[in-house]
Amino acid sequence: MEISPLEKAAVATPKRFRRSIQRLSDRAVAWIFVGPTILLLLAVNIFPLVWTIRLSFTNYRANRPNADVKFIGLRNYERILTDSDIWQTMQATAHFLCWTIILQVAIGFALAWLINRKFKGSGLWTTIIVLPMMLSPAVVGNFWTFLYQPQIGLFNYLISFLSGVDPSSFTMIGEVNLAPWAIVIVDTWMWTPFVMLICLAGLRSIPDYIYEAAECDRASKWRQFWTITLPMVLPFLMLAVLFRGIENFKMFDLVVLLTGGGPGSTTELTSINLKREAFEKWRTGYASAYAVILFVTIFGLASIYVKALNKVKDR
Amino acid sequence: MSKWSPTEPSNLQKWLAGSLVVIYALVTLLPLLWIISTGFKTPADSIAYPPKILFNPSLEGYVNLFTTQTRQTEEYLANNPPTNWYEQLVHDKGMVIAGPSRYGERFFNSIIIGFGSTFLSVFLGTLAAYAFSRFKVPLKDDLLFFILSTRMMPPIAVAIPIFLMFRSLGLSDTHAGMILLYTAVNLSLAVWLLKGFIDEIPLEYEEAALIDGYTRLQAFFKVVLPQATTGIASTAIFCLIFAWNEYAFAVLLTSGSAQTAPPFIPTIIGVGGQDWPAVAAGATLFLLPVMVFTILLRKHLLRGITFGAVRK
Repeated sequence: MEISPLEKAAVATPKRFRRSIQRLSDRAVAWIFVGPTILLLLAVNIFPLVWTIRLSFTNYRANRPNADVKFIGLRNYERILTDSDIWQTMQATAHFLCWTIILQVAIGFALAWLINRKFKGSGLWTTIIVLPMMLSPAVVGNFWTFLYQPQIGLFNYLISFLSGVDPSSFTMIGEVNLAPWAIVIVDTWMWTPFVMLICLAGLRSIPDYIYEAAECDRASKWRQFWTITLPMVLPFLMLAVLFRGIENFKMFDLVVLLTGGGPGSTTELTSINLKREAFEKWRTGYASAYAVILFVTIFGLASIYVKALNKVKDR
Repeated sequence: MSKWSPTEPSNLQKWLAGSLVVIYALVTLLPLLWIISTGFKTPADSIAYPPKILFNPSLEGYVNLFTTQTRQTEEYLANNPPTNWYEQLVHDKGMVIAGPSRYGERFFNSIIIGFGSTFLSVFLGTLAAYAFSRFKVPLKDDLLFFILSTRMMPPIAVAIPIFLMFRSLGLSDTHAGMILLYTAVNLSLAVWLLKGFIDEIPLEYEEAALIDGYTRLQAFFKVVLPQATTGIASTAIFCLIFAWNEYAFAVLLTSGSAQTAPPFIPTIIGVGGQDWPAVAAGATLFLLPVMVFTILLRKHLLRGITFGAVRK
C-alpha cells in the first residue's frame, strides 16, 4: 500500500509519535493545515503593517539608519493631508480610475454582449482578446513607449493614417494634456477583457426561459435589455468594477514604465508618488503615514462598495 | 430543419456580432504582433517611417539581447574573422562579442523564483484550503477575509517595512527572500481558488474512505488530492503567472543577483538610443510562455482572475 508523505515522516519518527501523527484528531489536522499559511501571512503582511503604522509616527529615514529616531506624533499625517502636491496626485489617480472604469465597462460589456450572440468561432476569438490581460504590465508598458513614439511609433502612425494629423506633431507620453489619456488607453487595452469575461459569465447565467417568457408577453427587445439583461448582469458588472477599482488604485508597474509619472507630475498616481517619497527621497516615516492613509482609503471604499454589492445581489 | 427559438440570434445578427468582435480582436492583437515582429527587425528597420510591415527578418535583436559587444579597430576585425553566424552578424557592424549579457541570468532568476514560490504557495494553499473547506475552523470567515485583504494593500506600501525587514535579515536581493515574499502574496489567491475547487468535491467520497478505516490524512492524500488535480494545476499556473509578471517588489527589493526579468527588460539599452529589436526580443521570449499558458487555461481563466468569486 502506498503511503503519504506525512505518514512516511511518521514511520521515520519514534513509535510514540508515530501513533500520534496517524491518529491526529480533525481539530489538530485543521490547525496543522491552516497554521503555516496564517503564520506566513502574519510575518509578511501583518507584522510589516504594524511596523508601518509605528514608523508613520516617527521621522525615521531608511538611508540614515544610525540617526536619531524621534516620535513626532501625527505631524506626518497632518503634512500629507495639507500637501497640495498630494491632492494633485489624488486627482490624477481619480482621473485614471474613473476613465479606465468607464471605458472598460462600456467596451467590455459591449464585447460580452456581442460574443454572447454565439457566432461561429466565438471561443477562439475570446481567447485572443483575453491575451493582453495576462501579460507582464511592466514589459508591455515599456514596449508601449515605443508605440507612442512620435513619427516612428505605430500608434501615432495609425492615428495619422485615420485622421490625417501629422504623426510627429504629438507625443502621447510627453504632453501634459495627452499623457493622462496615454495611460488610460494602455490600461483599457490591457484590462477590458477582464470586464468582458465577467460580463460574459453574467450574461450566460441568465436562463433562456426568462427571455422566452418575455417574448410571449411581447416585450420589445429594448425593454428586455433594460428589465432583464442589465439588472441580472449588474452584480457581475459591479464585481468587475470592484476588482478594477482596487487594482487601478494600486496601479504602479504599467504607468511607471509608460510615463514614469511625467511629464511634470501629470500622471503621478499615488503609488508612484509613494515610491518617490519612500525610495528616492527616503522619507520613510512620512511615506509610512502615506501608505497607511492609502490602505485605509482602499479598505474603507472597498467595504462600503461590497455592502452596496451585496444589496444588489440580494435584491 | 432547425428548431426555431425566440432567444436564438438570427444569422445576420450572428454575422454582424462576429465581425465586430473579430475587428476588436485584431486591433487588440496588433501591439502584441508588433512586439514579436520588431524582435526580428534590424534596428534601422524598427525605427523606419512609415512603420515597416514587410521587412527582411534578422536575428540581430536576439543576438544583441544575449550578448554584450564592443567596437573594435578594422585591423583587429580583419585579424579575427568570425567563426559562426552570430559573430558574423556582429562583425558586419564593426563590433565583436565581448561576452554574454545579463538577460539569461535574469530569465533564469524569474524561473527559480516563479517556480519556487508557486510550489510553496500551492502546497500551503492546498492544506489551508482543505482545512477551511472541511473543518470547523474557529473564526473561519474572518480568517478567510483576512487572507483576501492582504491582496488589497498597494505593493509599494508593503514594500517599505519589507525592505527594512529584508535588510536586517539579509534577505534583500536573494532568491529565498523573493520566493518567500511572492509565496505570501500568492497565498490569498491559492487559498481562495483551491477552497472553491475542494468545495466542489463531494463529501461522500471522503466519508466512505473514513468509514473504510482510512485516517483523516490518508483520506486527504488518497481521496481528495487526486480529485483536486485539475484545480491544483490551474491554481499553480495562476500563481506562476503572477510571480512571473510581478514588477513592483522586484524593482524595489532586487538589484543584482536575484533580479527577475521584468525590471531588467526595460533597462536594455543599445548603442545610441534604446535598442528596440533587442527589447522586443527579450519581451517576446518573456511573454510567449504566458500566452501559451493562457490558452491552456482558458476554461478556468474567469475563476482565476476573480479569486473564485465567479464560476461558470
